[in-house]
Amino acid sequence: MTSGEPQRPEATESAWRTMRRGLALSPELRVGLAGTLALALVYMVGRVAVPVAVQRGIDDGLTVAGGPDLGVVGAVAVATAAVLVVTTICGYLMMRRLFTVSETALANVRTRAFRHVHDLSMLHQQSERRGSLVSRVTSDVDQITQFLQWGGVILIVNLGQLVVTTAVMLAYSWRLTLVVIVAFAPAVLVIRALQRRLGAAYGVVRQRTGALLGTIAESVVGAPVIRAYGIAGRTSRRLDDAIDAQRTAQQRAIRISIMGSSVGELAAGVALAGVVVLGVLLGVDGSLSVGQLTAFLFLVTLFIQPVQIATEVLNEAQNAIAGWRRVLDVLDVAPDVADPGEQGRELPDGPLDIRFAGVSFAYPGSPPVLHDVTLDIPAKSRVAVVGETGSGKTTFAKLLTRLMDPTEGTVLLSGVPLDRVRFSSLRSRVVMVPQDGFLFDATVGENVRFARPELTDEQLTVAFTELGLADWLDGLPSGLDTPVGERGEALSVGERQLVALARAYVADPDLLVLDEATSAVDPATEVRLQRTLDAVTRGRTTLAIAHRLSTAQAADEVIVVDRGRIVQRGPHDELVRDPDSVYGLLYASWLEQTR
Amino acid sequence: MLGRGLAVLGRAIREQPRIFAVAVTSSVLFGVMVIASAYVVGAVVGEVVVPSIADGSVAVGALALAAAALFGISVLRVVAIFGRRLGAGYMQYRLQAAYRRRVTRRYLDLPLAWHQRNATGTLLSNANSDVEAAWYPIAPLPFAVGTLVMLVGAIASLFLTDWALALVGLAVFPALFALNVVYSRRMAPRQARAQRLRAEVSGIAHESFDGALVVKTMGREAQETVRFSARAGELRDALISVGRLRGVFDPLLETLPSLGTLAVLVVGAVRLRHGAIGVTELVSVAFLFTVLAFPVRAIGWVLAELPRSVAGWDRVRRVLDATGEMPYGDRRLDPDPPAPASLAFHDVHFAYEPAEAHLPGVAVLGEVSFTVPAGKTVALVGPTGAGKSTVASLAVRLVDPRAGTVTLDGVDVRDLSAESLTSTVALVAQVPFVFDDTVRANITLDRPGIGDDDVWAALRLAEADGFVAALPDGLDTLVGERGTSLSGGQRQRLTLARALAGRPRLLVLDDATSAVDPRVEAAILAGLRAPAGGQGAAASILVVAYRRATIALADEVIYLEQGRVLARGTHRELLATVPGYADLVTAYEQAEREREQTRTYEEVTPLASGLEIEVDR
Repeated sequence: MTSGEPQRPEATESAWRTMRRGLALSPELRVGLAGTLALALVYMVGRVAVPVAVQRGIDDGLTVAGGPDLGVVGAVAVATAAVLVVTTICGYLMMRRLFTVSETALANVRTRAFRHVHDLSMLHQQSERRGSLVSRVTSDVDQITQFLQWGGVILIVNLGQLVVTTAVMLAYSWRLTLVVIVAFAPAVLVIRALQRRLGAAYGVVRQRTGALLGTIAESVVGAPVIRAYGIAGRTSRRLDDAIDAQRTAQQRAIRISIMGSSVGELAAGVALAGVVVLGVLLGVDGSLSVGQLTAFLFLVTLFIQPVQIATEVLNEAQNAIAGWRRVLDVLDVAPDVADPGEQGRELPDGPLDIRFAGVSFAYPGSPPVLHDVTLDIPAKSRVAVVGETGSGKTTFAKLLTRLMDPTEGTVLLSGVPLDRVRFSSLRSRVVMVPQDGFLFDATVGENVRFARPELTDEQLTVAFTELGLADWLDGLPSGLDTPVGERGEALSVGERQLVALARAYVADPDLLVLDEATSAVDPATEVRLQRTLDAVTRGRTTLAIAHRLSTAQAADEVIVVDRGRIVQRGPHDELVRDPDSVYGLLYASWLEQTR
Repeated sequence: MLGRGLAVLGRAIREQPRIFAVAVTSSVLFGVMVIASAYVVGAVVGEVVVPSIADGSVAVGALALAAAALFGISVLRVVAIFGRRLGAGYMQYRLQAAYRRRVTRRYLDLPLAWHQRNATGTLLSNANSDVEAAWYPIAPLPFAVGTLVMLVGAIASLFLTDWALALVGLAVFPALFALNVVYSRRMAPRQARAQRLRAEVSGIAHESFDGALVVKTMGREAQETVRFSARAGELRDALISVGRLRGVFDPLLETLPSLGTLAVLVVGAVRLRHGAIGVTELVSVAFLFTVLAFPVRAIGWVLAELPRSVAGWDRVRRVLDATGEMPYGDRRLDPDPPAPASLAFHDVHFAYEPAEAHLPGVAVLGEVSFTVPAGKTVALVGPTGAGKSTVASLAVRLVDPRAGTVTLDGVDVRDLSAESLTSTVALVAQVPFVFDDTVRANITLDRPGIGDDDVWAALRLAEADGFVAALPDGLDTLVGERGTSLSGGQRQRLTLARALAGRPRLLVLDDATSAVDPRVEAAILAGLRAPAGGQGAAASILVVAYRRATIALADEVIYLEQGRVLARGTHRELLATVPGYADLVTAYEQAEREREQTRTYEEVTPLASGLEIEVDR
């Protein structure tokens, strides 16, 4: 599985297949399932208890010769009440078991999917898909649990009710049952057809709601532009259009939905009338009693409700199953950069050296980004990789940290092939500082000790001092306990980088990979960043993806990448001697930009 | 809570009285039909079925009448359901649309200072989910009101039928009502808790996946999973608790009317024996208990939604009641022929309003005075947080000063009409904002008098004509939400072209070219200062700048530090006389000297902000 698209075994996989896959994945769902279903069956019997009691009461107690027999009626009522008490308790037990088992299983699925997303390679985690990955562990699972809470129980109970009701009706009179079925059959067909239209109509609602949210967001985020250009009129027109488009779609959907329930209602009318006519004729024949016919009228009303509700719920069920399928599909994607785990090796102790042996890399379906790169970097040297945008220089960082595996060739650290190294060893010895220095919504201290939660505040303070950031830390309102806000937004871009560097520093790696930040910060902050960077990299093997040639100037060695190949390497001073080389040209344009 | 909830519902009814009347009338009709159907079924059994079976012969007319009555009631019920559900749905959607309109209109009217005090996420949910929550109980409301009428009608009809059976009804219906109230009251906090936890679980997933690279490269997947799983576990427990409550009440709500029917059977048998009622009455009442159980739940649905509705309404109200206007004047500036405008700040003070009234505001600017003479370029330089962006916002009147005045061609900007102000000045912000629309619409913004020729001319001036021409549909290319299909530099040049297309007489650039190649930036600025026509500058320029190359193009530099103008003059003068300015502008050179001294450390020396944008995957 190398394609970036999450695998879809079959685009239109049947609901049954999805459920089977889901059950295979969550065997805990099967635990006690038979018991739960048995309880559900008993619970449903309660629904037909009253019509049966009415029939018995009328036939054996009320319309017997010599006037109503109170003893019989009383006995029927007490017996039925006893049955109702039992079925009510069964109903409670059934739901209790169902919710406990299903919520527990789905919480586990949620957690597993979450972990699985983290185990997927960079390729799958790309930013444009991040939103949809989040919905795999949130709204998709929510959709299933919400369905189970409302629709699922309704579906089980009502389908069961349909079955039990039909059975009781058949016991009374197969001919009248036929009348009911004949009356409802066309309604069911019409409702099913409407259901499909309703599904499409809800699709339009969702899409227009999305568009509306986009338009509102635009008007809020773009408020300064709207004000500065005096285009409030244009904006409110766009908003009104989006609001109205969503409203019309909602209204259309509800019209279709009402048509469905109306059809069911009409069918019930036809059934009732038919039952009365045929029932009286049968009664005159002597093949049906007053009580049975009356019970039948009760049973018909019990028949309408499940037909209507079940068809409505089926729509929700389809959404829930689609959500389940999406979650299962994510879990089915095998991580293409796998941890060798127990079979893997530890990296040897001490400083690490780097070797690229015949390494090529291509994104799936794209031309190669790196071509047959062979490269040795001795331990403890500080190397800068430079090159134009798109030259492939960031690929070095991704291969070295095993965010991706090479298409061909091997990357070795101190002689050990990277794909043989246990993740636990790799991640503790090799640390990368990504471009944006992502921070979590926690305190400065918590962010810095991210990789090593055991560090005390004293140890962190010492680390900040070693990095020359003691005065910066003192300047924060609550020192280490200062919250950094969502994505670190309470700090400036430069400060976020400082925290990200401190985080890498306390992780104390033997190989540090830096993807240099490109955000514009004011020059004073930038100088401070550089000093911190220098302290962090001291004494470690460092590979810096350099966006500024100043980094290259300070490095022990510069590796120049051009169109996926290494075209030059050596110290800065040596490389600039050839003004017509790739590096010479890069440097010249750099000087032109900055002086 | 109940009182406030009913007040919200009352407002909804006042806003949509006619459609509510239709829905409630239909709902009452439905209720009447439910009661009627019970009595018709009873009558059919008592008057048609029993005699026919007893006599062994069929009264065809009576039978046909019975069938017609049953079918007729169904038809009326369908009409009632149509009216009720359609009315309720339309009412709910109309209210939502009306309030979304009002809230978003308010966003457009409220001053930017108000926007700055409120988080974007809050404003989005005010217009979306809060409006939705406020009107959520409207969907079952007509049903609930109709059911209340129906309950009263049912009890009345019971008393008309037989007092003993009516007593059974008096015991069962209020109990059913009470059970529903208790159910929704106990459910509401559990649902709210589950909803809150859902949002928290989602928040953790968002953050964790956004930081996936950090999590992965530091090998913290297991710890992140523990963090997620803990909250997912809380959500699971909350949902199980919701389910258990449902398990208690759902079966009870079904059983109670069934027990009522059994009671009717027993009491009815006694009354039948006494001859007080006939089979007709008994069957009618028994049937009534069966069909009434379901509608009563509608009352519970409304009650269950009320707390959420009140909370949503309170948040919507906060926006609608927010005060603060920024009225425009009626003075106009339109010199003929158009000439560059002059801008002046006179002793301007500015502070951000505090988030809460009792807190002090954060002072940003004090005693700021300077001028941008007509046709000149002035650079605004200062360290981060000096107030440069605030000066830019004041210049185009996105915000008003606390004290002092900002004038354009000598006229206070507060006295200018909206049209005159926006046609005179244009701001290009630090972060480019691009609408989800075509390139053309992003540049013209539907302002009158900007044809395609003007659009291309503006694009040329912003050095954006090249990439736009290369787009698949040229000016008609859709740029995607927030312009995601464009690079940062392209977006900046697009917003620059947008400003230029309006032919402003004063251009304010707030670090607006940071993602543009310095050579391109220089070319753009040069083009603005001396247009191809050969005459003098078309606009005066106020530019917030970091780069020395940009600063060098300015006629004058204003040096700002901590909200005060510390110095003004040419770049050369400031460099020689103002140490802070020299420190800032020459930070790189200084660092380089340091490196020379401490050669042993191999100190890294940056030369300028790294502005190269890596679009590598």
